Amino acid sequence: MSVHTLRIDEKDVSARAGQTILEAASENGISIPTLCHLEGLSNVGACRLCLVEVAVVGGGTRLAAACVTAAAEEMVIQTDTDRLREYRKMIVELLFAERNHVCSVCVANNHCELQEMAVSQGVDHVRYDYLEPRCDVDLSHPRFGLDHNRCILCTRCVRACDEVEGAHTWDVSGRGTLSRVVTDLNAPWGASETCTSCGKCVMACPTGALFHQSSTVSEMIHERTRLSFLVDAREKKQWHA
Amino acid sequence: MDLHFQGPEASAEERAAVDGVLRDQPAHRDLLLPALHAAQDRFGWVTPGALDYICRRLSVPPAEAHGVVTFYHLLSLEPMPAAMTHVCDDIACRVQGAERLCDELARRLGPEGEGGWKRSPCLGLCERAPAAVVIRAGAAPSAFAVAPASAEAIATEPEEDFTAFRRSVPREGGRLLHRIGRVDPSSLSGYLESGGYAGLRRAIEIGPAAVIGEVSASKLMGRGGAAFPTGRKWEAVARASARPHYVICNADESEPGTFKDRVLMEGDPFAVVEGMTIAGLATGSERGFLYIRGEYPLALRRMAAAIESARAGGWLGRDLQGSGLSFDIEIRRGAGAYICGEETALFNSIEGKRGEPRNKPPFPSEAGVFGKPTLVNNVETLVNIPLILRLGGEAYAKIGTSASTGPKLFCVSGHVERPGVYEVDFGATLGELIAMAGGVTGGRRLRAVLLGGAAGVFVGPDQLAMPLTFEGTRAAAATLGSGVILAFDDSTDLGDILLRIAAFFRDESCGQCVPCRVGTVRQAELLHRLRSGCLIGDLATELALLREIGQVMRDASICGLGQTASSAVESALTALELLAGPEPRS
Ligand SMILES: Cc1cc2nc3c(=O)[nH]c(=O)nc-3n(C[C@H](O)[C@H](O)[C@H](O)COP(=O)(O)O)c2cc1C
Ligand code: SF4
Ligand code: SF4
Ligand code: SF4
Ligand code: FES
Ligand code: FES
Repeated sequence: MSVHTLRIDEKDVSARAGQTILEAASENGISIPTLCHLEGLSNVGACRLCLVEVAVVGGGTRLAAACVTAAAEEMVIQTDTDRLREYRKMIVELLFAERNHVCSVCVANNHCELQEMAVSQGVDHVRYDYLEPRCDVDLSHPRFGLDHNRCILCTRCVRACDEVEGAHTWDVSGRGTLSRVVTDLNAPWGASETCTSCGKCVMACPTGALFHQSSTVSEMIHERTRLSFLVDAREKKQWHA
Repeated sequence: MDLHFQGPEASAEERAAVDGVLRDQPAHRDLLLPALHAAQDRFGWVTPGALDYICRRLSVPPAEAHGVVTFYHLLSLEPMPAAMTHVCDDIACRVQGAERLCDELARRLGPEGEGGWKRSPCLGLCERAPAAVVIRAGAAPSAFAVAPASAEAIATEPEEDFTAFRRSVPREGGRLLHRIGRVDPSSLSGYLESGGYAGLRRAIEIGPAAVIGEVSASKLMGRGGAAFPTGRKWEAVARASARPHYVICNADESEPGTFKDRVLMEGDPFAVVEGMTIAGLATGSERGFLYIRGEYPLALRRMAAAIESARAGGWLGRDLQGSGLSFDIEIRRGAGAYICGEETALFNSIEGKRGEPRNKPPFPSEAGVFGKPTLVNNVETLVNIPLILRLGGEAYAKIGTSASTGPKLFCVSGHVERPGVYEVDFGATLGELIAMAGGVTGGRRLRAVLLGGAAGVFVGPDQLAMPLTFEGTRAAAATLGSGVILAFDDSTDLGDILLRIAAFFRDESCGQCVPCRVGTVRQAELLHRLRSGCLIGDLATELALLREIGQVMRDASICGLGQTASSAVESALTALELLAGPEPRS
């Protein structure tokens, strides 16, 4: 049996074996908020925004991250309950106050997935003091820049660089809230010997953490769809659109 | 992948240190952590030359290696003094003067880090608090625990005498602790003469299916904290079609207040080996890993020696005891990360990656270490196995209560007269255990007990009649966790203990998922605000926010760390009606 039937938000949908809840939902026109997920990359289930409620036999529901949970036969899923909306709001709020997000002066203003998420989830104020950790900006690369102040540690850059470009220039160092993305052995990006300057990490970044140096705010569009095109092209060995 | 490297050429010394563990084996990625340990042990830090050489030999991208080194607290990328004393300032040690010890070390040796000492979360020596572990790098590296520790005592390596165990096991233990202090832990013949390997002999005789039958009949539940039926796990791994299968003994024991696994490994290491071997035969695994926390030098030495003797005696390796079956054990040393006790983080750590938990499913029995079906059991769980085979599963199930069978080890520490590991049959109450440990120190009044460790809950003195069984603790909305009973008398500054617990989770969060990474920081920060009285808004708003953070961590986090990070705090607010500030002193 390679097709499952399940219910998402009171709608009967089918999913192919191996598909995630997120994929099954989106093929059926049901959108679930995501941030660490990016089409074409592996999933890590880190941001927890895609949490959905899955009915449990015997009553009640459990929470599952839609991007990493396989769709299964007879699953009954809710993607937009009060409880989920509450958690999503809290997660966005936690993210906003973790580092220094001042949208009005950010290169990604109006092209930022975190900002969009805040709007779509109705986060209009943040109840925490900003933690204001010490965060550096790395402008050593001739074309790109990294601003840790805007990084949400979604690891999309890490995965894009490793899985698509095959360079593995990025990784996460440290742990907990002291985690930072690093290039190579934490050398300045410009000194990296593994970076091919392909720009895929910049394309993958959902916020203003990675950017094209010369870009003015309005040019700062991440062309994320291009990344999935690249993945697609690699898999199908077709390099024209 | 095309790998590019940078940085200085490795010196002959650096290469030798790394080659010592890699030898001429083909580059196995999973040797990354052992190789990093080798550099750390030799130089006191992971030097750039050594790191570069390791990356080359194992084909690991530099960014990834950097990520791995910085994940573990016992590894350093900065030059450090060759001798480092790790001083526990965690819960049990705090109430026995850990802060005073840290102050004194700062005065005598200089500031934390460059002074050759460092604060550490629980070192698993709580019964002899305050505790320290000294790690000396060099051509002949050494490591030893000093407990109780003092500024003078940390200068010399204490004698290791296996008969001096009363400080850790104050009372005779009938079934699990019977060899501790009586049988030489380095002697295979001593083990055999005291009934050792009878369980494995019987396992070989009756075969895997019957062994699993016995374990299921025993109704043994895992002792690592999650209380999962052991028989069900074994069966799932045995049945899994993918090959090979692996067995892992989880000896990471880092839950604050827990030290039973250390006592078992130090005092009866062959029993751990025997339990693992039976698990290997039953689940069709030929390779086992013992993942032991990096702060357990004596347990590591005793386990390594026992594995070697067992191998030499034909109890490990190919065709063991002429049975035609093979099983062997490899030791993997942790490097300072509580999260690596979580089973899927442990897999990543063994594979040489950052110790980040994985999303489940898939469960370990389907896809565990190296993506293969894997059995993970706690040390104490495995030590019960030979006993089950000797007694028979049904007879074992008659010990304890009907839902909590067998003997159980409890780690009693804090303000009690005789802290240590206590063995009882399931069913004893909290009050009985505290009485066994001689009651509250100096006859003071009991203020609170932390059950189950930092991930557990506080209960008040009104709960002494609670039976310490899975069902009894559940009924009281408490938890058995890893068997921690940490007692606090009425002079304890519980607000300070709560801050330490919150700091523990903040420091140990792997940082992968948002609710836990940021939530643990916010929880710690809020507790500081409540304690200092510098509130934002009124108290009710602050408490509501604290509860909300707790809720999102519990429900939305990937793993048990985030899910339990607010448990002790919440229980302190409700069960102990603790708000803020020091308790009134009596
Ligand atoms: C944060 C965290 C830390 C853990 N640490 C340990 C540990 O140190 N030792 C252990 O046996 N289990 C630990 N566990 C539980 C393991 O994930 C796993 O359930 C256990 O090893 C299974 O063995 P058992 O069935 O014999 O109890 C931990 C779990 C979590 C979430
Ligand atoms: S530009 Fe390309 S190679 Fe360089 S870090 Fe970004 S993704 Fe990796
Ligand atoms: S730099 Fe961008 S893509 Fe990379 S982890 Fe940070 S926010 Fe995500
Ligand atoms: S809950 Fe905490 S420790 Fe567990 S995966 Fe998430 S961040 Fe890591
Ligand atoms: S999109 Fe699923 S957890 Fe981030
Ligand atoms: S050793 Fe210090 S609290 Fe456990």
